Amino acid sequence: MELYMSLTIGVLFAVGVYLILSKSLLRIILGTSLLTHGVHLLLLTMSRLKTGSAPLLGEEAAAYVDPLPQALILTSIVISFGVTSFFFVLAYKAYQKLGTDDMEQLRGKDDE
Amino acid sequence: MNNLLVFPLLIPLCTAILLLFFKNQVRLQRWISAIGMLLQITVSCLLAFQVRAEGVQVLHMGGWIPPYGIVFVADMLAVLLVLTASLVSAFCLFYSFGTIGKERERYYFYPFFQFILVGINGSFLTGDLFNLFVCFEVMLISSYALIVLGGTRRQLRETLKYILINILSSTLFVAAVAYLYGVVGTLNMADLSVKIAEAGQSGILHVIALLFMIVFSLKAGLFLFFWLPGSYGAPPAAVTALFAALLTKVGIYALLRTFTLIFHTDLAITESWIKWMAIATMLLGAFGAVAYQDIRRIMNYNVVISVGFIALGLAVSSKASLDGAVFYLLHDMLGKALLFILGGLIIQASGTDGLQHMGGLIKRYPLMGWLFLLATLAIAGIPPFSGFTGKLLLLQGGLQKGEYVLTAVALASSLIVLYSLIRIFMAAFWGEEKRELDQMPLLSNKLLLPAVGLSVLVIGMGLGSEAVYGWVSVAGDTLLHPATYIDAVLKE
Repeated sequence: MELYMSLTIGVLFAVGVYLILSKSLLRIILGTSLLTHGVHLLLLTMSRLKTGSAPLLGEEAAAYVDPLPQALILTSIVISFGVTSFFFVLAYKAYQKLGTDDMEQLRGKDDE
Repeated sequence: MNNLLVFPLLIPLCTAILLLFFKNQVRLQRWISAIGMLLQITVSCLLAFQVRAEGVQVLHMGGWIPPYGIVFVADMLAVLLVLTASLVSAFCLFYSFGTIGKERERYYFYPFFQFILVGINGSFLTGDLFNLFVCFEVMLISSYALIVLGGTRRQLRETLKYILINILSSTLFVAAVAYLYGVVGTLNMADLSVKIAEAGQSGILHVIALLFMIVFSLKAGLFLFFWLPGSYGAPPAAVTALFAALLTKVGIYALLRTFTLIFHTDLAITESWIKWMAIATMLLGAFGAVAYQDIRRIMNYNVVISVGFIALGLAVSSKASLDGAVFYLLHDMLGKALLFILGGLIIQASGTDGLQHMGGLIKRYPLMGWLFLLATLAIAGIPPFSGFTGKLLLLQGGLQKGEYVLTAVALASSLIVLYSLIRIFMAAFWGEEKRELDQMPLLSNKLLLPAVGLSVLVIGMGLGSEAVYGWVSVAGDTLLHPATYIDAVLKE
């Protein structure tokens, strides 16, 4: 199971980085979002995978999953959700006002 | 257990929520946020005296004993930073009253201002790595909003880059936290320190330490500062002053905390990295400060130089240099806020930010001119002002450890700081009055009040160095001997 998870994380990171390096703003935002998903899976894998166990059933339970990383992932998902939606709105606003979503053209010196 | 610790977060949070209800009553919003700031200053003063009298204060949230629950820890460093941050942001708030403009005030400027303080105070006080991430995010999301509020073309353009950089560094932060949790199995800073010391710093822990170094360096602008000059130039002066005074300092605080508390057993690799990064930061910052003709960029590169300067203290990490780093950190928060407030006033008074288009302001605004000179001298570290003691301690620490290159670069960069700021002073205040100046509206002297207040603090901190050093020295001791911190958190 760990192997599949590592492969998934690797693919998510690779695709995410590839998208971030592109010019179009929309692709960049999707890239950051994929990257955060990769990190969340990493956090989950790091706390040892125990397929099928519930988090903390009591000390007598035969197998239980560490609940802390799940709490961390939940927090991180909420944060990345907020940031991504803000980023989308900003990108839309910037596209309206600047007339482009090409990062190359957004370099700009202090022309204003 | 000390419940007072949660108030530096709770006060700005409640103030912000209260402010949301008064969208159109701008006057009322100003009063509420001013009262919130005063409360915050009072509470942080109280906390500082408590820490001085009774040692490190700890709050276990919900009564969960570490390493399981969330802890808030106030050691001397954190408390001093919270206190200075509240003072500085109070002055930035008073400055923004006159300059930020009705439109921004109506679109929730003050609530965001308070939210960013929640994040900053939280980052200083938390004793848990993941909470540090959460508080960082609270601070960053409010900073995204503040930096783009107003929506000019330049602001939109620079915010896109600023957000992208910060999302990337936050992602790396979570990845580093994940690896650390996988290796050590805890995220409480004190517990981490104990467990890492027991396990010995193996290869994987070095990698994690370097990952943390990259993350915090990105936030602090230590070597990885390429995003800073552009994005700090975009928002109005009141916001830039707040950012320059506080945001990078939170990154530096995280660096100080990580490398004196968590990864303190084997510093050889990280210390040499930080050393070279500090040298590169000071040099590149100095080049930037000399190269540009516009005030904002010159001031932004000065922020970069001072980050390198404080990192010097961490790279050497002896008693003198850590004391110096803390002292200089406090001084720099006050000094940079003063500098950026005055810089904003100069731009407002002359209607341009290019040095070549300015001149002769001293006849119209004598007080502003002399305050700017004072700020310049203070930041460059000329004796009666507050920069001197911190600089002296840092250089002393560097020489004692035989870091001659580092110290030489630091001294040279101080000269560049002096030169670049004096250049602004000469170009803006000396010479002939430019003809465009007649068409500019005369600024009222009330706008100078926050700058006067900050100058009093800067002079006071310089003249009262002896007293301030008494407090700073306690903070330096805790940094040098993490056992005090660990005992306070774990043994209660």
